[in-house]
Amino acid sequence: MNIMSEAAVEKALDQKMNTVPLKMIGKDVSVYYGEKRALFDVNLNIRENTVTALIGPSGCGKSTFLRTLNRMNDTIENCRVTGRITLDEDDIYDPSIDVVELRARVGMVFQKPNPFPKSIYENVSYGPRIHGLARTKADFDEIVETSLQKAGLWNEVKDRLQEPGTGLSGGQQQRLCIARAVAVSPEVILMDEPCSALDPIATAKVEELIHELRANFTIVIVTHSMQQAARVSQRTAMFHLGNLVEENDTDKMFTNPDDQRTQDYIMGRFG
Amino acid sequence: MSTSLLLLIILLIGFVAYFAGRARSLALSGHKLATLHSLPGYHGSYVAIWAVLPAVLVLGAWLIASPLYIDSAVRSALPDTVQSQGEATVQLALGQVKAVATGLDRLSATEIEAVKDGSANLREALAAKGVALAGEGQPFMVEAAQQFNAMRGYSRWLMSAVVLLVAVVGGLYAMRNLTARFRARNQVERVMLGSLVVASSIAILTTIGIIGSMLSEAGRFFSMVSPAEFFFGTVWDPRFAAAGSEDASGQFGLLPLLGGTLYIAFVAMLFAVPIGLFAAIYMAEYASPRLRSIAKPLLEVLAGIPTIVYGFFALVTVGPFLRDISAQLNGLLTGNYQNFIQAQSVLTAGIVMGIMLIPFVSSLSDDIITQVPRALRDGSLGLGATRSETVKRVILPAALPGIVGALLLTASRAVGETMIVVLAAGVAARMQLNPFEPMTTVTVKIVHQLTGDLEFTSPQTLVAFALGITLFVITLGLNIYALYIVRKYREQYE
Repeated sequence: MNIMSEAAVEKALDQKMNTVPLKMIGKDVSVYYGEKRALFDVNLNIRENTVTALIGPSGCGKSTFLRTLNRMNDTIENCRVTGRITLDEDDIYDPSIDVVELRARVGMVFQKPNPFPKSIYENVSYGPRIHGLARTKADFDEIVETSLQKAGLWNEVKDRLQEPGTGLSGGQQQRLCIARAVAVSPEVILMDEPCSALDPIATAKVEELIHELRANFTIVIVTHSMQQAARVSQRTAMFHLGNLVEENDTDKMFTNPDDQRTQDYIMGRFG
Repeated sequence: MSTSLLLLIILLIGFVAYFAGRARSLALSGHKLATLHSLPGYHGSYVAIWAVLPAVLVLGAWLIASPLYIDSAVRSALPDTVQSQGEATVQLALGQVKAVATGLDRLSATEIEAVKDGSANLREALAAKGVALAGEGQPFMVEAAQQFNAMRGYSRWLMSAVVLLVAVVGGLYAMRNLTARFRARNQVERVMLGSLVVASSIAILTTIGIIGSMLSEAGRFFSMVSPAEFFFGTVWDPRFAAAGSEDASGQFGLLPLLGGTLYIAFVAMLFAVPIGLFAAIYMAEYASPRLRSIAKPLLEVLAGIPTIVYGFFALVTVGPFLRDISAQLNGLLTGNYQNFIQAQSVLTAGIVMGIMLIPFVSSLSDDIITQVPRALRDGSLGLGATRSETVKRVILPAALPGIVGALLLTASRAVGETMIVVLAAGVAARMQLNPFEPMTTVTVKIVHQLTGDLEFTSPQTLVAFALGITLFVITLGLNIYALYIVRKYREQYE
């Protein structure tokens, strides 16, 4: 079942091409977990230096779609992806693509803060170390400092970089995870409900951070909170039962959506 | 009435009691189950428990107490001539009386008379009936034996009567208690709880008993050999004494045995840890669920092989193989075909014990590695790390305390292992560092000291208890420390 007609897709595509360049293009993306189909021919494009929010009720496939963007679904047994996803024109499911390199370009922040049981410094320098982005101690120091600054955590932890990352508060841990992702200098950052385990104050900080990160990164965020989607994103995509229902500018989506189901979901009539 | 028949009858009474209780509760409820507090089955069980349990307890108590009582009665009836000769003679006489008592049933009345008045030899008369007597019998023994038999018969009869009475009375008492609102269910629950408590306390008490007996025997050993000589002695030469002679005393130095034990365990761990750990990483991180579901049980089959079988394997296959290959190597290098690895050696025992330990290492480590939260794996993979980078930099460091705990548990098994080293390590108690030479372990020496016809009075045999308690303390220490580490690690992710 295709929600947007081919013509509408073409039209929307043209429109976007004229304004903001597309970072990632998903065409007819379907995902199967064994026999079960979780995504049905999703056509969704991610604009460069834009925050795209994926919303929809639980089990609608928004996280599944997010995880196809850096092939994290590969780690799940029996998961199969069809269709085509490109990152700067490269098909990321092409056999010639190195998954490890792809994930360095498309970073990810998870629902629950998952710092490694290492020091704060080690957490941030982990990615640069495995990808060989720095050689000297000074280079690492610099990457760690700038990454933590970008994640808005530097001032809070600069005096205790050698303490374990697991000793931070939940909100700090999540920002540490963002710093860890930023340290690899990815082009796209995927965030899977990054605030669902945080209190409102920590959430506000992370949201502010997402706002700032937009200048340098393309961000895709899955969220259950309508308000959060409205606050942080410029584009919003609504999923329902494995289908993309509607994709639109966030302002339009929350004021005058094209689809009745979007309206109902945003108004809290289901989901 | 024999004890087993008695038990059968008690069970039968219990069976009847169950149905009686059930039927009575049904009758009390007027066949409306809702008026009963407990289901009829619980009423039945309650009555059956009352019928069986007290009767069995009385039976058990009687079986323990009556031989003691009868023994002391017979003993006090022995003539003064025997009684004045001290405990050992009395014991001997008592033993003979019991043997005569068994034999008396087989003699005819006239034969008994003949034996009693001394006209026939007791020992020969009994031997003709197939009962062996240690030493010459004396006439008074026949009387004592008759008294013994009479008391035993009476006791049996009385026991049967009392026990059956208790069973019936218990059942009737429980029947009287039954009413519709009677909480039979709770009562049965209490009995269940009680039996569980008894079962676990038996396990604990047994452990305490074993430790106690080891301690007391080791204490006797240390009263003959000074602890300093035992723990710091470097020569093991117990010099087996002929039974009864007290003068021959050997040297009981623990260090060569302890050195061998630790050396062999170390070699075994050297083989088991890398292989087991790599197998665990493969199982936990790389293997598909299907492969894992087949390979993991197969690996654990290795843990089920009796260690004596590993012993043969060492003796028949690994030892000769190492010996021959060392001879070949030596020949190729120097032209002298002399083997430099002995068939029984530290290396042989270590390799085979290592093979035995692989499943322990891999199974325990696999459990710990899979306990590392998936989020950490995803975090690392999401940053573009490969699987092996993730394993090396995130998963192993996170699992390290748990793995160390698992390795300590494995090491304590290696230290306590007996059958493999008995067959593969040799018996020479030496202190040396060449892994190609035989050495021996604490467990091997315990086996040696306790093999054969022994009496537990000389230091040569009692040393086994001192060795045992030393080994016990080492493995207990390792286990406690390992459990402490594993538990601490678990808390980290809960």
